[in-house]
Amino acid sequence: MSTIVSPDLTANCAGIITPNPFWLASAPPTNSGDQIMRAFDAGWGGAVWKTLGQPIQNVSSRFGGLHYRGTRGIGFNNIELITDRPVETNLREIAEVKRRYPKHGVIVSLMVESRDEWRDLIKRSIDAGADGLELNFGCPHGMCERGMGSAVGQEPKLNETITSWAAEFSTIPVLVKLTPNVDNIVPHGLAAQHGGADGVSLINTIKSVIGIDIDNYVPLPKVDGRSTNGGYCGPAVKPIALHMVSSLGRASEFNLPISGIGGISNWRDAVEFILLGSSSVQVCTEVMLRGYRVVEDMIEGLTEYMQRQGFANLSEMVGRAVPNLSEWGDLDLNHETVAKIDPTSCIGCQACVVSCHDGAHQCIHPAEDKNVRVPVVDESECVGCNLCEIVCPVPGCITMAEVDNGFAPASWNQHAEEGLRLRPKKGVHT
Amino acid sequence: MSKLPSTRSETVFVDAKPGYSPVQALTEANRCLYCADAPCVQACPTGIDIPEFIRKIATDNLRGSARTIFDANIFGMSCARVCPVEVLCVGKCVYNEMDVPPIQIGKLQRYATDAAFARGDRFFEAGPDTGKKVALLGGGPASLAAAHELRRRGHACTIFEQAELLGGLSTTGVAPYKMKADRALEEVEWVLGIGGVEVRTGVRIGVDIGVDDLLRDYDAIFVGLGLGADRLLQLPGGDLSGIRGAVDWIAEIKTDKAPLDSVRRALVIGGGNTAIDTVRELRGLGIPEVTLAYRGAEAQMSGYVHEWNWAKVDGVRGVFGAQPLEYLGEGGAVTGVRFAKLDAERQPIAGEELSLEGDLVLLAIGQGRLGALLSETEGITLERGRLIVDEGGRTGNPKIFAGGDCANGGKEVVNAVDEGKRAAIAIDTALCGGEAA
Repeated sequence: MSTIVSPDLTANCAGIITPNPFWLASAPPTNSGDQIMRAFDAGWGGAVWKTLGQPIQNVSSRFGGLHYRGTRGIGFNNIELITDRPVETNLREIAEVKRRYPKHGVIVSLMVESRDEWRDLIKRSIDAGADGLELNFGCPHGMCERGMGSAVGQEPKLNETITSWAAEFSTIPVLVKLTPNVDNIVPHGLAAQHGGADGVSLINTIKSVIGIDIDNYVPLPKVDGRSTNGGYCGPAVKPIALHMVSSLGRASEFNLPISGIGGISNWRDAVEFILLGSSSVQVCTEVMLRGYRVVEDMIEGLTEYMQRQGFANLSEMVGRAVPNLSEWGDLDLNHETVAKIDPTSCIGCQACVVSCHDGAHQCIHPAEDKNVRVPVVDESECVGCNLCEIVCPVPGCITMAEVDNGFAPASWNQHAEEGLRLRPKKGVHT
Repeated sequence: MSKLPSTRSETVFVDAKPGYSPVQALTEANRCLYCADAPCVQACPTGIDIPEFIRKIATDNLRGSARTIFDANIFGMSCARVCPVEVLCVGKCVYNEMDVPPIQIGKLQRYATDAAFARGDRFFEAGPDTGKKVALLGGGPASLAAAHELRRRGHACTIFEQAELLGGLSTTGVAPYKMKADRALEEVEWVLGIGGVEVRTGVRIGVDIGVDDLLRDYDAIFVGLGLGADRLLQLPGGDLSGIRGAVDWIAEIKTDKAPLDSVRRALVIGGGNTAIDTVRELRGLGIPEVTLAYRGAEAQMSGYVHEWNWAKVDGVRGVFGAQPLEYLGEGGAVTGVRFAKLDAERQPIAGEELSLEGDLVLLAIGQGRLGALLSETEGITLERGRLIVDEGGRTGNPKIFAGGDCANGGKEVVNAVDEGKRAAIAIDTALCGGEAA
């Protein structure tokens, strides 16, 4: 047995150094100094303060939840705007938090309009003791109607210009928070880079209508019988966020650190963001639904994972999965798998049968003997799609086994460009 | 229909399995794996599409959920309460295979069907009149289910019942911690709500009206007479007071106030489900000392193990390998029973006897068969008093069909409902060639 060495969880994202990579995202959980100090006591390494700017007036209601099969809040949206508290109050509390928690990271999120306003607010934030700044170019509701938030994030030139002001005025690291409401994230990340940002954080929320009150025909959340589009977040957005983070991670010309955001609910989610290139992660929805205490498991789970994988520190982990992402055209078409059902753990629900018949390639069938509930895989027809493995309620019961078909690896690109031979297709039924 | 007295004995019981609250039902419904060709459906005699009705609970399509249940089983409300789900649907839930608690199908079915009753929902209409008339003998679940199905197919129905109350054992026999008589009667009214079913109570077949008369006046007959009176033991002392048939006694506690104030020790003879229900009911009514005496071994009891286990939890004592020899009495009232002890082969062990005290002795050793009522009818075959039928309830007489306890020998409500429905379909085929009018 190897000696157990506790890995170093210290995070360094764009020069903002925190005891661990878990930051609270700019949102209701970071609305006040009292909240953030409680969060730091619970174990959070950093916090991005609820966006400072001209204080706004909010609506009631502000939030909507997406529930699925009894699980509440697998998705979430909000139509809340930036801080509604005076700038002076926020700055006074920022100073107090930094005085009491000097080793924790306080990143101040900002959203104003003119160059002079940016200069003023950046200076006052730095004076209050902020460790970093986050430019809110992401908010997709309300503020964008006033020319701020995602209205900036969707225009690379505007993004670059305002980033360059911040870079000029700031003596501390500047992160640009990107909106996912764009067709390709890379030009927007590059705009921040060209403007002189020290890093980017993504994703902000996705434009959304979370649901409808079908009895009264009013979208949610309801504000006196009306609604508006909100920003979508929570566990359901994680795949979109992972894709955007990995797009920047893979873009050769992009070389800024990333603070990953989007549906992170537990240590495993955090590991995924880190493996795709995030050097810190930000969490909001899970804390809104379950409180600051969720960080305990995040820290412990990440620590256990790093020990298990042999990572001594986070920098060894960051981006480890990026090289394994490629274009579809570079995937090996001759790699063949078939489903295998373990008859000893199969419970006979036949979910795989119906999914394969109705949703895949009709190759998993009930056994001929009506008394046998374990289905049969017709391996000659199985295309290895692994839908069955996904629907099976028994962990490990269905596995995808590799088939040695004698064909050398060949991608579509290799086939098209070099004429490499592809294996015969399965399940086509011409 | 007679009103039940509010003082009847069964009212002291509370539900052994209380209904779900909405959040409990949602939580349980969301656990269902929605199996394909589901084992729970295969285990249901009426073939209710269980995964589908559970999915509809989960999506807040409660009316649709109830429709799915009632379309397969018009007695879905009472079956949700009285079915032995442990050995039927729930027992076959695939979760059992992974040692995860199985889905509580009965409680979910009760949730959906109770909601439908509470709203007064109706789902089915009578079919266009075919001009055909069917007589249904007996007013229990088999006949009622058959009548409902026949009405959906447009045939006129007349039910002949010798008692005043309809519902058969659903009304007078179900353990009151599962369902009370008023609820059963409510269900009867609901089933008959399809309309077009004439009900004639207080009519004894073979006495007030003959089978030949019915064959003459109706296009088909469905026999759903159930079972006869409790079997009693011909033993010395049999004329002492305090000795009764268990089914008769259960009917009394369900429809009237049974005189139990002076009963201290009750003795129930038998090892089947009626015996187990009886001992549990006696305990529930506050009888301090309740003993079940059975001539076989405990493991040989024909009653459900899970029910007997509950009886033991209720404080019932079991005495096994005991064959009644004589009733003991004093002043004309029973005071106990003297038993011979039996060995594993159920042979008396010489010189070994025991006596058990009891001021109420209830016999749960089976019921008589009513097939004799039809023994003279052409084409009818009986086997130990039971009517022989095929899977469509057909007898050897092309106009006579049968189902429920009189044909199956005594099973669950769900079996009676299934057999009544299948017979109705067979009758429809016989009368109209299966073409829905």
